[in-house]
Amino acid sequence: MRRRQVILSVAGVVGAAAFTLGLGAWRTRDRAAPNPFLPLPLAAMDWQLSDHLGQDVTPADWLGRPAMVFFGFTYCPDVCPTTLLDIADWLEDLGPDADKLTVALITVDPERDNAEALADYISNFDPRIIGLTGSPDAIARTAVDFRVRFEKVPAGDGDYSMNHTAGVFLFRADGRFAGIIDFHEDRRFAVPKIRRVLA
Amino acid sequence: MKTILLATALLSVAAVAQACGTFTMGDISIERAWSRASIGTDRPGVLYLEITNAGAADDALVGILTPAAGMPMLHETVVTDGIASMPHAASVLVPAGQTVALSPGGFHGMLMGLTEALTKGATFPVTLTFAQAGSVDVTVDVLSLRAEGPGCDDAK
Repeated sequence: MRRRQVILSVAGVVGAAAFTLGLGAWRTRDRAAPNPFLPLPLAAMDWQLSDHLGQDVTPADWLGRPAMVFFGFTYCPDVCPTTLLDIADWLEDLGPDADKLTVALITVDPERDNAEALADYISNFDPRIIGLTGSPDAIARTAVDFRVRFEKVPAGDGDYSMNHTAGVFLFRADGRFAGIIDFHEDRRFAVPKIRRVLA
Repeated sequence: MKTILLATALLSVAAVAQACGTFTMGDISIERAWSRASIGTDRPGVLYLEITNAGAADDALVGILTPAAGMPMLHETVVTDGIASMPHAASVLVPAGQTVALSPGGFHGMLMGLTEALTKGATFPVTLTFAQAGSVDVTVDVLSLRAEGPGCDDAK
């Protein structure tokens, strides 16, 4: 009796799981299943941040133009200046075509990177780069959509640093994810990757 | 007027000679020590340089000290599975006969608690301590916030 109950309940759970999976598969049959490691298409993202000038920005605002997006923070002495300098160089290499691109740094350190801190910082690199910040919750939600990970690391004396996904994400004008440029990738590879999303 | 011009010219020659200097202690020599201008003092500054070990024994950079920062530390940027982290480096090995660089995206000095803003064109002293060679004082050139390398004529 007891055994039968166990078998029945296991069967029930398995059945329910199969039904859920089946339902999921049926509901998403028209589109590829989202890859858990790659950013969602911009059109499927759901976040709201504000830029370094205080303007609200949502992913829908970026549709219609290719976009290049990366995560970082301005209290970072090595990785972020290096990435920003790389990006400024790529934009220079691209010439006027670079104007067709939305380029955004999303901070993983909203505690210190408010609009003013972002504006101060990115103005030193290229005026086409915008900075985005928001509440810690809004940043966390954005990171989920981009499949970005970050964590706070204490650095002594109450100070801290941030570990974070370092790649630069490329999106086509229709919002489809187009690829990642790895940290410090050679411009011989980076610039052609960007040109492909501009085409 | 002429004297002033001449003096200015001599001063700038002196400044150039000072920039990109070589600093030696025993078998260890340091070249191309540079940093980037900072925005104020809140954000940490950075220190890059090249260390050459001309000796027959390995040595290691084990500490940095500078009046420019309250808490200078050695760090290494490491990218694992796409995640950049910046672990504290207890030491930087400089094998016998080799040159090791603290450079963007790798080992670097992280200057936390800047005592004053680093401005382009300025210099500041740093004392590097090696396990074998002892301490060596170097002069670090502060380059623009957009500098990507040491900017020395003979660089690369």
